[in-house]
Amino acid sequence: MAFYVPYGLWLALFVIAPVVLIIYQSFFDINGHVTLANYQTYFSSGTYILMTFNSVWYAFLITAFTLIISYPTAYLLHYTKHKQLWLLLIILPTWINLLLKAYAFIGIFSQNGGINTFLSMLGIGPKQFLFTDFSFIFVASYIEIPFMILPIFNGIEELNESFVNASRDLGAKWWQTFTKVIWPLTISGVKSGVQAVFIPSLSLFMLTRLIGGNRVITLGTAIEEHFLVTMNWGMGSTIGVVLIVAMVIIMFLTGERKKRGRAHEKV
Amino acid sequence: MKKFKWSNLYLFLVFVILYVPIVYLIFYSFSEGDAMNHYHGFTWAHYAALFADTRMIQIVIDTLLLALLSSLIATTIGTLGALAIHRTSRPFVKNTVLSLNNILMVSPDVIIGASFLIFYTALKIPLGFGSVLMSHIAFSIPIVVLMVLPKLQEMRQSMLDAARDLGSTNAQILSRVVVPFITPGILSGFFMAFTYSLDDFAVTFFVTGNGFSTLAVEIYARARQGISLEINALSGVMFIFALLLVVGYYFIQQGSQTRKAKHKAESEAKLNEATH
Repeated sequence: MAFYVPYGLWLALFVIAPVVLIIYQSFFDINGHVTLANYQTYFSSGTYILMTFNSVWYAFLITAFTLIISYPTAYLLHYTKHKQLWLLLIILPTWINLLLKAYAFIGIFSQNGGINTFLSMLGIGPKQFLFTDFSFIFVASYIEIPFMILPIFNGIEELNESFVNASRDLGAKWWQTFTKVIWPLTISGVKSGVQAVFIPSLSLFMLTRLIGGNRVITLGTAIEEHFLVTMNWGMGSTIGVVLIVAMVIIMFLTGERKKRGRAHEKV
Repeated sequence: MKKFKWSNLYLFLVFVILYVPIVYLIFYSFSEGDAMNHYHGFTWAHYAALFADTRMIQIVIDTLLLALLSSLIATTIGTLGALAIHRTSRPFVKNTVLSLNNILMVSPDVIIGASFLIFYTALKIPLGFGSVLMSHIAFSIPIVVLMVLPKLQEMRQSMLDAARDLGSTNAQILSRVVVPFITPGILSGFFMAFTYSLDDFAVTFFVTGNGFSTLAVEIYARARQGISLEINALSGVMFIFALLLVVGYYFIQQGSQTRKAKHKAESEAKLNEATH
């Protein structure tokens, strides 16, 4: 079939080959010798393990915060009058380049920026926001919120309203209706949202540089550092392989991953 | 008077949080002075500086050209891919290809960037416009496939049979029946590919080398040096552009939906006529 030729070439060259190459590269040291030393370094030196643990912890926090904010938002959006329009307004910020949003926060969080001016007016005085763990998690959550809202919103849209009514009619309290009916029926949307946020959160190296001020090191930062700064591609690839394994585990835990949120599913 | 509702307040706050940084950026693009604090008075100076900055203009043109080229090529290859997947009858092959298709959708950007960098280096492909273009095409193809495939699945076999019975060749069936039917999917795919390309930073950052720069990479480089209100002016311009894109996408979606609804109404009307 002639249709398969360009698409098949793409699959072979840009999907299969890069994955094979990154695994292959992870067995080379900085001088080009075949070795298992990278994996040895990774697992024996506490630094890398700690960094991985930190990275997963940050990603977990970011995912948790976005979920806490997004679920009620998606739920309430479902009951608004012009929901397609509101949804569009949720999507709009995702079309502004991520770097510009990070850059905005450099201004907002800076010594004389918006937040500190406000705090000074209240008499609390300027505080250090930029280059802290807090600012990294805040900005990352801010950026990921729309990607969490959209899949959850779609999940709630698919929810059959009569189940909710039935549960109320049968005397369930609001909380019971939520935990026994609404949450289980929208869990697939939540799972897609978690996938869409957690995996990218492991690799937000530009935010760790611009907002985290190199205090926060994630797996993504380490890979970028090894590939583009220290030129130790072998070690970078090893961390990459670890990240791929982490990704597979997440996908296994949350079921098949759907495409990343935004407008794909529905506007 | 309308009843006050906590839920509305909550939604309102979420929208405030979502838009405050963007408004903040654009607000200071009109401020005299050179930092994002203490509004100094209205000026167009930063916009003037932006439009006089030939390097920045060149980068904007490059970025748009890159997005347009990569999304056109990705849409072509992706549509062919969707047609091929649709024709595959063996479930095992189909599922394998679909899983492979989704690998680039689920991989973190750094992994895509790093592995492409190894790939180009191994093949001795120079880094620059070419390598960035290939990367953008590569990561846009899966989304095109995912947008076109559902349209193909919606298409009824009877339509193709009818065309064949009426004597059309395979090429005619493709160009007269299949392609018009899946056009909304192709358009959405093109649109998504275009925004993927415009939005990307991490992959481009890995494979761009020294000579070529896109907007995102340039903003990153400038933001690392500190605040420059020219970037604020740029975000003002880009916000307008994003607004236009969103409205455009909204109308593509609405258009396909109303057309569908119209078709449905028409066919139902015909059915009614036939039965009476």
